[in-house]
Amino acid sequence: MTDLAEETGVVCVAAPPEEPATGSTGPGTSKLKTFLLAFAVILFNAVGNLCLAWGMKHLGELMGWNPLGYIRAILNPSVAAGVALLILWLLTRMALMSWADLSFSLPVTGVGYVLAAVLGKLFLNEAVSPKHWVGTLLIFAGAAIVGTTTHQTEPRPELER
Amino acid sequence: MKWALLAIIVVSTVLADFLQSYEMKRSGEQSVGARGLVRLLRLTLSRRYLIFAIACMALSFFAFMALIQIAPLSFAVPASAVSLVFETLLAKFVLNEAVGKRRTAGALLVLSGVVLLAR
Repeated sequence: MTDLAEETGVVCVAAPPEEPATGSTGPGTSKLKTFLLAFAVILFNAVGNLCLAWGMKHLGELMGWNPLGYIRAILNPSVAAGVALLILWLLTRMALMSWADLSFSLPVTGVGYVLAAVLGKLFLNEAVSPKHWVGTLLIFAGAAIVGTTTHQTEPRPELER
Repeated sequence: MKWALLAIIVVSTVLADFLQSYEMKRSGEQSVGARGLVRLLRLTLSRRYLIFAIACMALSFFAFMALIQIAPLSFAVPASAVSLVFETLLAKFVLNEAVGKRRTAGALLVLSGVVLLAR
């Protein structure tokens, strides 16, 4: 971890002091695009998790630590769709992290928890109470506040070709 | 069992996100078209920290699958969100991100919202 910190320091020093002025040079130069990507990340995660939870609830057996159980689970169509969506989620989230700070991406994608709760209520019949509205409000407020901060602490290096 | 699985999820998530953010910062801004996603896959396979991060995510994923079988999703999701706290701290002190008052306040609001969604 200490090595990482030192390396990060070096990278920051080596980074160019200013971003290119034109908006078309890189996808991350636009904050709107960053929000759109964050929205895609949220959708892939929520729908992926829903498919996964749906499939797992209808498997009818406990997994435990047996690897064969997991292989059988992956063969379930709903679980497989969930896994495919979560792979897309992983890749788009990595792209988001290449555009924006970790401490920016995490709270902004936190809106996904609201979506997960709503989907859980609609499709999995999980219990919901009025407190959910307060929680939802707090998550949106937090994400909005973080959204007003600059999404990159340091300008990123040029894209390697 | 519930708490052991939760601990595995939180530790592996924090490690995965931290390493991913560290590597993706160095890699430059990636595109998200079809070619961009293939490029991201190749990038993942060529960086050992990213491979390790994916391994951590897989561990977190399987622990999560096991957890949602013995606990409701409305417990599993918010409980694993405490990783947000550790990750924000790592972002500030190790990744040297500008975590000011607004980001701290926003992250705490999101966290308390997630906890409220739990019940």
